[in-house]
Amino acid sequence: MPEELADFPALEHIAGSLQDRFGEAIAETSFEKRELAVKVRTADLLAVLEFLRSGLGFNALNDMIGLDHPPRAEETGKRFSILYQLYKFPGGLRVRVVIDVDEGEPVPSVTSIYRSADWAEREIFDMFGIRFSGHPGLRRIYLPDDFEGHPLRKDFPLGG
Amino acid sequence: MAFKEIELNMGPQHPSTHGVLRLKLSVDNEVVLAIEPVIGYLHRGMEKLWESLTYRQIVPLTDRLDYLAAVSNNLAYVLAVEKLMGLEVPPRARYIRVILAELQRLASHLAWVGFMANDIGAMTVLLYSFEDREDILDIFEAYVGARLTVHGVRIGGVPFDLDEQVIGMIRRVLDETPKKVADIEKLLNDNRIWLHRTRGVGVISAADALGLGLTGPALRATGVAWDIRRDLPYSSYEDFEFDVPVRPGGDVYDRYLVRMEEIRQSLRIVRQALGRLRPGEHRVKVPRVLKIPAGEVFHTIEAPKGELGFYIRSNGTDKPERVKMKSPSFINLQSLERMSKGYLFSDVVGILGSLDIVLGEIDK
Amino acid sequence: MTDGTERQPFILTRADHLITWAQKNSLWPFGSGLACCAIEMIATAAARYDIARFGMELFRASPRQADLFIVAGTVTRKMAPSIRRLWEQMADPKWVVAMGNCAVSGGPFPTYSVVQGVDQVIPVDVHIAGCPPTPQGLLHGLMILQQKIAASHPTQEIFDPHARRTG
Repeated sequence: MPEELADFPALEHIAGSLQDRFGEAIAETSFEKRELAVKVRTADLLAVLEFLRSGLGFNALNDMIGLDHPPRAEETGKRFSILYQLYKFPGGLRVRVVIDVDEGEPVPSVTSIYRSADWAEREIFDMFGIRFSGHPGLRRIYLPDDFEGHPLRKDFPLGG
Repeated sequence: MAFKEIELNMGPQHPSTHGVLRLKLSVDNEVVLAIEPVIGYLHRGMEKLWESLTYRQIVPLTDRLDYLAAVSNNLAYVLAVEKLMGLEVPPRARYIRVILAELQRLASHLAWVGFMANDIGAMTVLLYSFEDREDILDIFEAYVGARLTVHGVRIGGVPFDLDEQVIGMIRRVLDETPKKVADIEKLLNDNRIWLHRTRGVGVISAADALGLGLTGPALRATGVAWDIRRDLPYSSYEDFEFDVPVRPGGDVYDRYLVRMEEIRQSLRIVRQALGRLRPGEHRVKVPRVLKIPAGEVFHTIEAPKGELGFYIRSNGTDKPERVKMKSPSFINLQSLERMSKGYLFSDVVGILGSLDIVLGEIDK
Repeated sequence: MTDGTERQPFILTRADHLITWAQKNSLWPFGSGLACCAIEMIATAAARYDIARFGMELFRASPRQADLFIVAGTVTRKMAPSIRRLWEQMADPKWVVAMGNCAVSGGPFPTYSVVQGVDQVIPVDVHIAGCPPTPQGLLHGLMILQQKIAASHPTQEIFDPHARRTG
């Protein structure tokens, strides 16, 4: 049977606090497979993450995940998404913050809030070509600097 | 003429970089001013490759990520897939997974102590620990046929049940390993050279460690008791009693002590799991063509190197839309600079060793 | 590579036997441990499988001191120039062993960043298949290399420097 957010009071509290604080800026809240995810506008990203960290205690950025979904570009005009997977320790709580990004749209770097985002953002730049403004040194991390193309884009062939 | 700042290059071919890692160091005489790790020399394009493989085909490839702890990678990925599917595996399978994962942690930590000691100069320990590790690899070979790239966890359970021969081998390892570990500790723990090269070296504070995303034994050596097996238990870890070793100092010596204690705790967990095995199925049937409805999941485990996790997004077909691996070594390596600034150049080898990184996991 | 079908002076064949006997029993590996195969290579050098019985326990960190290049692991496009340079730094006579499926032909990675076989970068003498090859597999491959060395004619290089290799 599908689980409700109300069955998980700690996560429900987080969703509620975000809604109270940011209201319209929270585009979407979803709760699937016991994971809470909120979608926000790119312009509000830094504010939301800062609130989650200092206000709600999410002191660790587990990972940043880049996604490419070209068909969506036709619907909403934004083909990429970036997911910020946050974790609260102690407490064992997780929350996922999602932003949709357009081709060529720069995303604010979150290194000022979570230092571990440094290499994660370089990896997303390397693999998808998304630029992060305010990053202390954005350059490729895996591939040689003269490599052309961004491999994890769906239109990049596996063999290169 | 006075030389002030020199740029040195370590790697990518270097005996102590634990793989093809390149370090660009900036040193003032012998004191390290800055380190920039350059990675990507083992980037094999795994995440791209996974998008064109089925969920089952990905499992053996995860062996090649952290190749010193293959079962941990298998387990992390399979648990994420099963969470996405909403699949429950039987209790016996969960216990066998715990046994395999903890044996793998033993093997990984034994290999680690060998490499670390070898880098610092204590070559004997490498030979001792690799011999001890061979007994565990024999168990894997008897159980599933492979020593290193084990593929010991499958979607739906484990590939085989534990038979009498394998259980006998596990019991022998449980009996003999404490003495072998004691031998290694006798060589290192109070050894003047070891202490001199590891105590007070590469210190990082708990606050810095958390901010940089450090996880695993290196984080526990700064006093933070973060262990996913305790905080967000998976695969029935909540049924077992074990301590999470924590040390306050945050230096190389503390990281060494944490891992040696983890070896003992792993033995404790395997003993309990083996004692409580009840008869039952070791796997459930999973359709041959495995299609997963659209959804996404993020799941992590406590691997020997740190918090290892997978994000999987499915799209209703038999191949994933996206698989992203949260690699502990990738994140831990970012702390190298913070840990090494101000120490001597020769300390860098010890600090890098104490981070316990694997390039397969960093570069994917 | 000659097959010994030409007639050679007796003294030179005797010298060949002596030289190749010395070479094959004292190969010094330059362990280019790139990936998972490197761990099996180290396990081969450790106490149980003991590569020292073949005279090969002295793994050199510098290519200039080694004569056997064991390419153990995946060669990526980023690493390939380094592999080439390391091989060129080795002095003759030198041999190359491609250990593991990745070094032989790219292994399970037909991707944009992997070189599909190290023989695209440097000439290889023995290919050892396996993912990873077990220590027994590596030792078998090294024994085959020893047979190859035993069948070679180093004295021919006195007369013709290119006799050993055309690559």
